[in-house]
Amino acid sequence: MKLPIYMDYHATTPCDPRVFEAMRPYFTEVFGNSASRNHSFGWAAEEATEKSRKQIADLIGATAKEIVFTSGATESNNLALKGVAEMYAEKGNHIITAATEHKAILDTCKRLEKHGCRVTYLPVQANGLIDLDMLREAITDKTILISIMYANNEIGVLQPVREIGKIAKERGVLFHTDGVQAVGKVPVNVIEDNIDLLSLSGHKIYGPKGVGALYVRRRSPRVQLTAQTDGGGHERGMRSGTLNVTGIVGLGEACAIAKRDMPEEMKRMASLRDRLKAKLTSELDEVYINGTEEHRLPNNLNISFAYVEGESLLMGINDIAVSSGSACTSATLEPSYVLKALGAGDDLAHSSIRFGLGRFNTEEEVDYVGDKVVEVVRKLRELSPLYEMAKEGIDLTKVEWTAH
Amino acid sequence: MAYSNKVLDHYNNPRNVGSLDKKDPTVGTGMVGAPECGDVMKLQVKVDPATGIIEDAKFKTFGCGSAIASSSLATEWLRGKTVDEALAIKNTDIVNELSLPPVKIHCSVLAEDAIEAAITDYKTKQGQPQPVASTSSH
Repeated sequence: MKLPIYMDYHATTPCDPRVFEAMRPYFTEVFGNSASRNHSFGWAAEEATEKSRKQIADLIGATAKEIVFTSGATESNNLALKGVAEMYAEKGNHIITAATEHKAILDTCKRLEKHGCRVTYLPVQANGLIDLDMLREAITDKTILISIMYANNEIGVLQPVREIGKIAKERGVLFHTDGVQAVGKVPVNVIEDNIDLLSLSGHKIYGPKGVGALYVRRRSPRVQLTAQTDGGGHERGMRSGTLNVTGIVGLGEACAIAKRDMPEEMKRMASLRDRLKAKLTSELDEVYINGTEEHRLPNNLNISFAYVEGESLLMGINDIAVSSGSACTSATLEPSYVLKALGAGDDLAHSSIRFGLGRFNTEEEVDYVGDKVVEVVRKLRELSPLYEMAKEGIDLTKVEWTAH
Repeated sequence: MAYSNKVLDHYNNPRNVGSLDKKDPTVGTGMVGAPECGDVMKLQVKVDPATGIIEDAKFKTFGCGSAIASSSLATEWLRGKTVDEALAIKNTDIVNELSLPPVKIHCSVLAEDAIEAAITDYKTKQGQPQPVASTSSH
């Protein structure tokens, strides 16, 4: 077993060697511009991008023509929200999203608010899922778009996408989903799930960084977007810019592998995750799993170790790469807004660790991680005045703290 | 974030971890911070009332590595000092000793507050007039 161990697959994934091999010729040999219509270099590049389009479409139940290539999911999310808001401005200006969305959605919404849109940020329940009745009630005759993520990047919970899509369809509202964490990990089907727009990214599914796609439905309904980048009119006028052919080949190959291996990989991920969970919950008291376990990515475990601060825990397991929702590990010095949205209290956000398992993790690694985390949590609890007080039976919520 | 070697040393080998009897009249206890802010420091001193010298100091901290290191260092410095010397310890001394980056200065301030709170508690128990009350909010 090699150290350090990577267990932060929600942040990014390594490129699968098979993906890398598929990409290799497109750096130097097959280098044409897919928009060059009059010579074989261009044709070869176009053939490669069209193959990728088909591979992506096959993974999500779409048709090749519905795939728009982008630089990644942040761009896809921006294009979906801004493109719809601008295109459908005459119909309405109201967008519905959720408090636990990725910043690429939330900050895009904030900008749209400055340009006259009205945005409803649905709260989530304690299990991390939105309340469908609240969604229904939030829809008005001005609502043009609902954007709710498929799977959450921190707590891995799967929103009731199919039902959301159904509600959107019934009310004549478009439905966009940020599918970054879900595509390639769990079955996603844009027809069955009633999805009109879907963002996905290459580097979350063992493809390269710098490439992503936006699925844009072509029929019932035909979704239109106002382009947000002007130029040569690539991608049916929706996203100008010379295609990143090499990256696109990698994204396509990553999708093909994901589709083929998904049933087996889902089982393996769930088994590794459950093994880690069993270890941590059986050997430590007062650990809390954040978000529903019932509707969840098979590779996600987000867990709070009460009375232990996340950054100090990361420091003790410095040969393991994971993330924390603690304020000290964030750029803003604020604890995770996703965990706060669950309403469990900031202290549990400070104590949270996100384990993101992936294709290249082994049982041996999981056992090492489990042992190490148990050891460090025990050590830090020996250091923790809160653990001591809790053991003395003091109710920490009743203590008057000197907030600072 | 890269930690200084001194922070790593205190984190890996924290000095004077533990608790003193808070009912003992010669023990002063300071508890600062709040769980929702992500750090709570408990610092205790045991003082010889005859000499005013701190004989023992203990800490327990819930917080990041820099918070743990700041309080661990504080207990090292407190031992052998008089209570008045202890009050002269400033957060900037801790910042310099541990090479704390700007985002972690907060941890050193917490340690200074904890020292002050512990000494105040001791003096209150001894019926001595208090210095400046520890009500600083930051």
